[in-house]
Order: sequence, then structure tokens, then C-alpha cells
Amino acid sequence: MQGWVVVVASFSYLGVLFAIAYYGDKRADQGRSIIANPYIYSLSLAVYCTSWTFYGSVGRAASSGIGFLPIYLGPTLMAALWWILLLKIIRISKANRITSIADFIASRYGKSQSLGGLVTVIAVVGIIPYISLQLKAVSNSFVILLQYPQIVMPATIGEVPILHDSAFYIAMLLAAFTILFGTRHLDATERHEGMVAAIAFESLVKLVAFVSVGAFVTFGMYHGFADIFDRAAGAPKLDALLTLGGAAGTYGTWFSLTFVSMLSIMMLPRQFQISVVENVNENHITKATWLFPLYLLAINVFVLPIAFGGLMHFPDGSVDADTFVLTLPMAERQPALALLVFVGGLSAATGMVIVETIALSTMVCNDLVMPLLLRSKSLQLTRQPDLSGLLLGIRRWAIALILLLGYFYFRIAGEAYALVSIGLISFAAVAQFGPAIIGGMFWKDGNRSGAFAGLSAGFFLWAYTLLLPSFARSGWLPMSFIEQGLFGIALLKPLQLFGLSGLDQISHCLFWSMLANIGCYVWGSLTSRTTVTETSQASAFVDVFKRSVEGGSRLWRGSASVDELFALLSRFLGPTKAARAFDDYARTRGARFFRDLPADANLVHFAETLLAGAIGSASARVMVSSTVKEEPLGIDEVMNILDEASQVIAYSHKLEQKSRELEAATAELRAANERLKEVDRMKDDFISTVTHELRTPLTSIRAFSEILLEDPEGEAAQRQKFLGIIVKEAERLTRLINQVLDLAKLESGRAEWHAAELSLREVIEDSVAATSGLFEDKRVRVETRMPPDVPLITADRDRLMQVIINLMSNAVKFCRAGDGLVKIRLVTGPEELRVEVQDNGPGIAREHHETIFDKFRQVGDTMTDKPQGTGLGLPICRQIIGHFGGRMWVNSEPGKGATFSFTLPRRPADSASAA
Amino acid sequence: MNRSSIKGQRLGALFIIGLLMFNYPLLFLFNSALELLGIPLLYAYIFGAWATLIGVMALVIEKGR
Repeated sequence: MQGWVVVVASFSYLGVLFAIAYYGDKRADQGRSIIANPYIYSLSLAVYCTSWTFYGSVGRAASSGIGFLPIYLGPTLMAALWWILLLKIIRISKANRITSIADFIASRYGKSQSLGGLVTVIAVVGIIPYISLQLKAVSNSFVILLQYPQIVMPATIGEVPILHDSAFYIAMLLAAFTILFGTRHLDATERHEGMVAAIAFESLVKLVAFVSVGAFVTFGMYHGFADIFDRAAGAPKLDALLTLGGAAGTYGTWFSLTFVSMLSIMMLPRQFQISVVENVNENHITKATWLFPLYLLAINVFVLPIAFGGLMHFPDGSVDADTFVLTLPMAERQPALALLVFVGGLSAATGMVIVETIALSTMVCNDLVMPLLLRSKSLQLTRQPDLSGLLLGIRRWAIALILLLGYFYFRIAGEAYALVSIGLISFAAVAQFGPAIIGGMFWKDGNRSGAFAGLSAGFFLWAYTLLLPSFARSGWLPMSFIEQGLFGIALLKPLQLFGLSGLDQISHCLFWSMLANIGCYVWGSLTSRTTVTETSQASAFVDVFKRSVEGGSRLWRGSASVDELFALLSRFLGPTKAARAFDDYARTRGARFFRDLPADANLVHFAETLLAGAIGSASARVMVSSTVKEEPLGIDEVMNILDEASQVIAYSHKLEQKSRELEAATAELRAANERLKEVDRMKDDFISTVTHELRTPLTSIRAFSEILLEDPEGEAAQRQKFLGIIVKEAERLTRLINQVLDLAKLESGRAEWHAAELSLREVIEDSVAATSGLFEDKRVRVETRMPPDVPLITADRDRLMQVIINLMSNAVKFCRAGDGLVKIRLVTGPEELRVEVQDNGPGIAREHHETIFDKFRQVGDTMTDKPQGTGLGLPICRQIIGHFGGRMWVNSEPGKGATFSFTLPRRPADSASAA
Repeated sequence: MNRSSIKGQRLGALFIIGLLMFNYPLLFLFNSALELLGIPLLYAYIFGAWATLIGVMALVIEKGR
């Protein structure tokens, strides 16, 4: 095979890739994206399959049968969890403008620059072996293909000087290609639509190439699957490969590989970049969940046949199993197929290198270099007008450097291991991100110190148990390091740490590094303090599904100006892009231009998020806080800002209100209680008075009755007298009881009223007639003076007569017998009629004018004067008159008689005549 | 994620089933070179189970609404 054929084929393939990427970017700029498609998304995820898959799987299968497969089963299982995990990561990343794994971890743990830097270092160191394996695969396949039709294995790596080493040139070429590919301009979202399109294409190419050679071997060279396996079963050394080794160690290895690949499918920088950062639409996850595992299945179906075919075809072990995919078609004189295979392998390698180095260079720029540069006072970076050129330059140098390092690792350590073993070193490295990321997504108490401790411990143990031994195996570190341990201490043997033997290297490394990682993460988080930013970020990440889109209080205090923020953004994004972003934001807030916006916490947050897309969230935080005059918040102050505090305040307001209401109710209750007690007292008085009044006549009746009983032969006259007294007292008692009942009925409103229209004149005349007997008995004169025309009123006739008769009988009672005179006058007023009953008795002292209307109150000294009435008459009269809507009162002076008056309204009160 | 928590739970169950299918106890049962249609039992089991798992995952995630 002519060298130039291979070179031309390679360059044309790379050219096609470049063209696709260019087209994809152009369409993205126009807004007509070609990658907004779940099939493209799923295919692009297949960047997981690199030269490792293409060449290395066969090599692994040749030595351990199906032991190559767990690397693909792990991602299949993980895909089932994407619905929960990947969706959450994507949602968090979109919300926080996260553009890389280092950014994710740094942002989650309080926008910590140091953590971002650590993650970047781990990622770069960890991925370098992986890159070197791609270089090894491409350069080896290139060299082998050049020898067609002879099959000659490449020379040992160290023997070829660098400048004659094709791998070196391939590394440089890949660096140049990647720089051209991915660093043409700076995008605030770190999206590279063209790259995604190209990756999807190359996934197809490698699948087609592999399936072609697989089909060729299986059906061309042999007669199908059954044929190959039959023959393998026949060959002595091969049938051992048909099953897994019986020792538990093999199952342990199997599980470790599954576990580590489950983590890698998410934590590899290129996987994070493609599945999270480049994700266009969350719904694409649905198809990817099963399409991606299907791709893995398809590309692995022919691995075993090729491996067995190669083992049977090259039985003496002269051909490296990692090259079977290429050497088999070469051995069968299929140059076109061999060239296709080479291009397929190139495709797999370039895909990985492009995405991985772009992702790594982003991390190096944003999370490692920029923070250091920003800190350095001498550079005065915060005053530079335009930093986008600087950013791009940093990234380009990072890409070149990473590829160079990959080449050097290849020279140093590439010889000792098969491809898969090299790759597993990287898998174990990125697995260290697992606890920090998964813990960060679900455990709010995971904090920066814990993450830092965990990552450091895990990384250290990984380096000690996996990375350094790989140098020792290649001779760059003394073998005594492996055999006797560090400083000769047996417990520190890197492959049997603390005496743990019986595990293969990967399981051993995973066990110790995960133990240290998770242990330090949990212990560190639980025993150290958490800052304000960490807590709010933890909440933002873990609760990302519960949060509303915008709003809520921002944990920020300071003063800013819109112009300063805009100037800051335009330094990194360029003035046009910054202006567009700001104006879009302004429109969502209801202002037309961003200069009209208030420089509040929301604007600062927006600016910071936008900037984070360009330089990472940790650096963005630094830049923004240096621009605005920020005041650090203490925990106490934050509690005032947070909602919880306002809830507490609202609650205490409610409590205050409740207690006030309670006081008012208590006061009312107390007043009611007082009134009740008063009424109770009055009731007690009433009862005691009534019983007293009732007892008095009863006593007389009993006394006189007893006398009569004891002395039946007494004097008739005296007996008459006594009987008379008894009768009178009984009458008095009856009267009293009647009046009490009457008054009770009147006061409780249960009396019956029969209202009718009547003439007051008539009523008075009738009353006079009714009491004429009384007057004649006592020889008291009655005079009436009434106008002839008296308007009719509506009242209860009987009750009215009761009142007038009562007044008159009172008057008679207090007149002197003989010259007593009772005058009755009726006066017609405009609003009311007034009746006056005047007598010329002894009169009533002024202080008694009101009290005589009290119950049981009689004028006169109760001790000396015999009670003449019940004391209830006047109260009853007043009740009755009051019921009709009138008033009753008395005018009197001692010695000059008394005048009892009452009024009756001419129009009866509405409330009175209820009957 | 209440709109699809059933879906998530089903997928979680598939995850656990897969974990069990492709690891020690169950795997050991099939670890023999007996031939099934000319293909060693172990290979047939792994690839068959794999394909079935993918199929069920596709069903669960596409159909469940």
C-alpha cells in the first residue's frame, strides 16, 4: 500500500468531517439547526466508542473472552437511569449555565475556584492515558497498513526517535485539526453544533467499518457464527475463552468494570460535553435511552468472531491481538476493506480526541488558567477592554499541550499495556468525580470541604495504585516500587495496598479510591461548616425540579450600575452579543432597553450567569463581584432575606393579633360576668324580699288561725275581728302574689297586651267610678278636670285602668281622712297626653322621688309604719306606662302633697303595641 | 418529576434487573460452553439478555405517557 494513498484517504476523511462541522455551525447561526434531532443526539453519544472499542475490544477478547463486554453493559444499565440522573444534570446545567464538569462541581459547591481547579487537574491527568491510547492505535494502524501486503508489527515504541515517530506527527496533526475545529470563536453557551454533527457522522463511519470487517470475517472467512465458535471450541487454548474464568476474581473484575463504566458514561469530559452541554432538547433523552445501548450492541456483536478468527489465523502469537481488526482483511488480501478499517479506526480516534480535548481545554481555560490570571495583580486583567482573544489563545495552547502530554505518556508507558488496560486507567480517574457529582445532586449537606477532601483522596489513591505502577511497568520508575512498596514498606505496595490481595488491578484501585473518596466526602461534609453560597447552590441543584423559573429572593447585597455590568459582559462576549443578550433580558422584564433596567440583584444574577457561560461560574463570580461593590453576607443577614424569616415574622404578627382578640374577648366575658353577678344579686334580693313579704301576711294568718283554733269558745266579737284580719291578710297575700307574677310577666315581656283605640277620658271616668267606694269609705273628695275633646289613643284598656286605679288608690291611702282631696287632670299636648293625679297628703321627700318606683319600696319608715301596700304597685305602673311609650314621675314636697304624672304618646311607639 | 415518576420507577426497576442479570449469581448459571444454535450458552445468554433489556427499555420509555 502506498503511503500516499493512506495519507490522502485520511485527509479526505478529515476534510469531510470539517465540512460537516462547518455546515452544521452555519446552519446553527441561521437558527436552522441540523442537530436538533434525537437520532443525531443518540449517535453523537457514541463518541464513547473510541479506538478502544474499535481495536482494543478484540484485543481484550482474545485474552479474556467475553471479559471485554462489561464496558458496554455498564452504560446500558446507566441509560435506564438517565431518565432520572441525566435529566436532572441537564436541567441544573441549563439553569446555571454550566459548560463543563469542572464548572458543575465548582458551581455546586459554592462557586469554588479551587475545587474547579482540582477537578480540571484530575481530568487532564486522568485523560492523558486515554489520549495516548488513541495515538497508539492510529499510529500503529498507520504503520501496519503501510506494510501491506506484509504484516509487520510496529517497532517498540521507545526505539524510534521522536522526529521519526509517526505518532508524534499524528499528535500534532490532531492538535491542529482540533484547534481549527473547535476554537474558531467563543460561544457563551459553549455549544458547538458543527462538532456534534461531525461526531454523529463519525459514529456512523466507525460502525459501518467495524460491521463490515466483522461480517467479512464471520461470513467471508468462515461460515457464520456457529462455524467460528465450533472451531474455537475445537482449538485447545481457545475453548477456555468461551466461558468466564471460574475464580471469584473474574466476577469481581466483571463487576468492577461494569461499575466503572457506569460512572464513566456520565463523568468522562467528552460524555459530559456531548450529553449535557451540547444537549438541545431534554426530550432527546427518551430516544437516547435505548438507541445508544442498541448502538453498543451492534458494534460489539462481531468482536468475538473477529477475535477467534484472528487467534485461529495467527496462532503463534506474532500478531498483536489489538490489530486483528486490521490485519485480518490485510491477510486476506482485501486492501479496500483494510483501508476502510483504517479510516474507521481513524474516525474513532479523532472523534474522541476532538471532543475530549475541546472539553478539557475549556476546563483548563475557565477553571485553571483564568482564575490564576485574574488573581495576579500585575496583569490587571480586570482593566482589559477585550478578553475574548486571550481566552481563545489559552484554549488553543491547552489543546496543543494536552496532545503533547498524551504523546509523552504514549512514549513513556504505552508499550507496557494493551489498549484496554490503558483506557481503564482513565476510567478509574474520572470515576472519582462520581461521589461529588451524584452526592451534589441529591445530598444538600454535601459541601465544599467534603468534596475537596474526597476528590483529593480519591485522586491520590488512584495515582498511587494505577498511574504510577504504569510508569514502573514501562521502566520509568523502579520495579521495586511495585514489588516491595514505597520505601520498601510492604503495606504500601501499590498493587496490594495494606495487604489487600486477590483483586485485579482495576478492582483494587477502585476499592481503595472509592473508599477514600466517599469516606472523605461524607466525613468532610458532616464535620465542616457550610458557607452561604454553598447552601444556596446546594438548594439550587438538589431542588432544581421544584423551583420556579425566576424570582425568589436573591442572596446578594451590594450596589451596581447597569453600565458597569454591560461593560464587563462586552469585554468577554463582545459588545454586540452582550447588547443583544441584555436587550432580550430587558424585554422579559418589561423595559425596552437594558439601560432602563434597575441594577438590582436579578440583573446581577443574570449577568453572572451569562458570563459563566463564557468563563465558568467560579471566574464569573469573581469578575462580577469585583465590578459591583458587593458586601459579604453573613448567615444572620441571610436569614433576614430568606423567606423563612418573613414567614416567622408573619406568624408572630398573627400571634399578636390572636392575643389581642383574646384580650378583648376576655374583657367582654368579664363584663358579662359582672352583669350576670349583678343580676344574680338582684335576683337574690328579689327572692329574699318576696319571701319576706309573703311570709309577713302568712305569719299573721297562721298566728290568728292558731289563736282561733286554741280558743274555740272565745268571744264572738273578737273571733269576728280575728277572722276579718285573716281574710284581709289572705287577700293581701293573694294581691301580692298576683302582682309579683304580673311584674314578672311585664319585665320578661311575656305579658299579654290587648291594644284597642280608646278615649283616655272614658278610661279615667271609669277608673274614678271603680274606686268610688274607696273614696267614700275614707271620705276623700275627687275632682276631675278634663278637656271635652280628647284624641283617641291605642292602648290596653285594662292595663291603663290598672295604672290609674293604682295611682288613685295610692292617693287615697295617703290623704287624711275627712279633708283629703284628689285632683285628676288630663292635659292634651302636641305629642302626648298627660294625666296628673294630685293628692294633699304628707308628700314625698325629694330624695325618694325615684326610689319609690323601686320594687318593694314603700314610703315611710318601714319599722314604725305598717305596710299598707305591696310596694309593687308603682313599679308595675311604670312598666306599663313604659310599655306604651310614656313616662311616669312624681312631683312633691313634704307637707304639700304629691302629684303623680304620666304621659302617653299620641302616636303609639311601634315597639310597644306588639299584641 | 411527578409527571413521569412511574416511568422513572420502571426504568429504575429495569436497572436493578439488569444489574442482577449481568452479574455474579445469574451469570454463573449460564457460564458454560454448551451450545445454543451453535453459539456458546454464555454468549447467547449475554447478548440475548442485552437485546431484550434494550427492547424493554425502549418500550417503557416510549410508551409510558
